Amino acid sequence: MKQRFTIPMPARYGINIGLLVLFLIVGNLIVGGNLLPRAHSNNVIQVGFFIILAVSLNLSTGYLGQLPLGHAGFMAVGAYAGAIFWRSGLLPSEASLVVGLLLAGVVAAIFGVLIGIPALRLKGDYLAIITLGFGEIIRVLINNLPAITGGAQGLLGIPRYSTFLVVYICVILTCGAIHMLMKSRHGRAILSIRENEIAAESCGIKTTYYKVLAFAASAFFAGVAGALFAGNLGILVPGDFDFMASINILMIVVLGGMGSMAGSVIAAAILTSLPVVMQPLAQYRMIIYALLLILVMIFKPSGLLGTYDFSLSRVIERLVRRITAGRIKEKGAK
Amino acid sequence: MELKRDPRAPMIPERDRDKRPALECVGLGIDFGGLTAVDDFNITIAPTEICGLIGPNGAGKTTIFNLLTKVYRPTRGSIYLDGKDTKSMNTTQANRAGLARTFQNIRLFKELSVLDNVLVGLHNEMDYRVAGALFRLPGYWRAERIAKGRAKELLSIFGMEGMAYHKAGSLPYGSQRRLEIVRALATNPAVLLLDEPAAGMNPAETDDLMHNIKKIQETFQIAIVLIEHDMQLVMGICEGVAVLNYGRLIAKGTPAEIQSNPKVIEAYLGTGGGGDDAAS
Ligand SMILES: Nc1ncnc2c1ncn2[C@@H]1O[C@H](COP(=O)(O)OP(=O)(O)OP(=O)(O)O)[C@@H](O)[C@H]1O
Ligand SMILES: [Mg+2]
Repeated sequence: MKQRFTIPMPARYGINIGLLVLFLIVGNLIVGGNLLPRAHSNNVIQVGFFIILAVSLNLSTGYLGQLPLGHAGFMAVGAYAGAIFWRSGLLPSEASLVVGLLLAGVVAAIFGVLIGIPALRLKGDYLAIITLGFGEIIRVLINNLPAITGGAQGLLGIPRYSTFLVVYICVILTCGAIHMLMKSRHGRAILSIRENEIAAESCGIKTTYYKVLAFAASAFFAGVAGALFAGNLGILVPGDFDFMASINILMIVVLGGMGSMAGSVIAAAILTSLPVVMQPLAQYRMIIYALLLILVMIFKPSGLLGTYDFSLSRVIERLVRRITAGRIKEKGAK
Repeated sequence: MELKRDPRAPMIPERDRDKRPALECVGLGIDFGGLTAVDDFNITIAPTEICGLIGPNGAGKTTIFNLLTKVYRPTRGSIYLDGKDTKSMNTTQANRAGLARTFQNIRLFKELSVLDNVLVGLHNEMDYRVAGALFRLPGYWRAERIAKGRAKELLSIFGMEGMAYHKAGSLPYGSQRRLEIVRALATNPAVLLLDEPAAGMNPAETDDLMHNIKKIQETFQIAIVLIEHDMQLVMGICEGVAVLNYGRLIAKGTPAEIQSNPKVIEAYLGTGGGGDDAAS
């Protein structure tokens, strides 16, 4: 039998890492070198943290199969944690940046665990309701703690750490970490819960543990995205994290295809760029979103990519197979 | 006296006489509201026996599996696994203590590949932690390689290695049932509970299945409890058979004894058969 062409494991990682480094360098040259109009270059950065928000939400909706409605709440927790730390100026800027991002993630993850343990142990739709409440409570708290958060006036003077390079390194680390997690026994455990919880338990999977793990990881990355958001604007106001913000992120995931990381990335890029590209239509944004959502639900209910995940190596393999197959045919014709 | 044997140890095969039972139920019972679905269920399963559990529709067979695997909490009675009381265990812990099962209404991880279904079963055979996965430490590669090999080995029992990368939900019905058995086996059980494994299979497939169940018992040296309506299968491989009617044991014995037991005959002829199950 003929051996099918496959790219060996180390080479796969090599190809992917090479491409990502190239993307970072070129992107940094274009965005950092001011080759784009300011609105557009800032949009490219925004796409970055929306990608993080979408792929992290996808972890708990698409992969774990739960429906949290308070993703913006975790984003808010991370945003304020990171911003307050950065403003304190405790550390020199590079160290401050890294520690602030980690702190943002960890604080959000702690909230994730605190909410996840009671909410995820219950069967049914409790998680949706509890996370919805959580998102609102966080916003009210921020509003009413002006001494720490600046209250409704907003938190000003946040160091602008979120450059293209910083945001996209975070994007790559997030996508990489979630990918590594999902392609492991832990990821399969998470998927098995989505597929059939009783069967997962009967296979010896600690379902509560994995639900909380996935949910906390999801919150962690939302927190990081929140900090990046803060470092992009330089200002935080509680209104940035209302219920509609959570719904926006959920919409990206649904449009991209629940359970598809590539889908989340593409949908985040499209939906975040739309208002900028179609500036004149900006006021109709919500109508366009709603229409898009309806169209997708009618024509492709599983989202743009369904649960399909893109693999560059697989594409290359297929190309090579097609080319070599063509060559064999030519030989045969002679 | 219909029960010809000692009711506490009714059908222990000769080879298991001196061994501790793999599974023991004492006075097991459950009520759903006013309905007593199972009552006073006693059974002892030897470490390597194949035991049949039969009875008309709605007799409570699946409910017993749900009790054993802690999907339901018993109202009365106790379950012992290898001598240990399972009172405080949940479904996950019951599996780790040695109980694996299949479901009457197939419960595969449909969107996952056949291989991944088995790998979920092998979850606890692997030992790397989350960090091992995130950083692709050597422990990750080693455990995944070994598990993959093991999964393919287990799939080969039913000649299913070729389907490893197919979506589980896309398999034909019979293969789905076989995959459930493989997945259950992957968890390395001491007792394997099979709920109507031959349902929906044609006679040739059923015959094949029968030989494979026997083969599994011989190679893995485990106990197998089998719920089945196909009498040919039950009488063909079971060393002991327990008969359930309206949630109560009405007979226990060898297949030959069961076949000629008037109570059993009456239970099968006397009832018109119930509806389909809710929670199987
Ligand atoms: N969760 C539940 N709530 C209420 N009643 C239940 C529940 N589960 C089972 N029952 C009832 O318990 C009885 C036994 O059901 P069970 O599914 O165990 O039957 P069975 O012997 O497996 O039948 P079959 O051969 O049709 O699979 C039935 O009357 C059923 O309606
Ligand atoms: Mg049943």
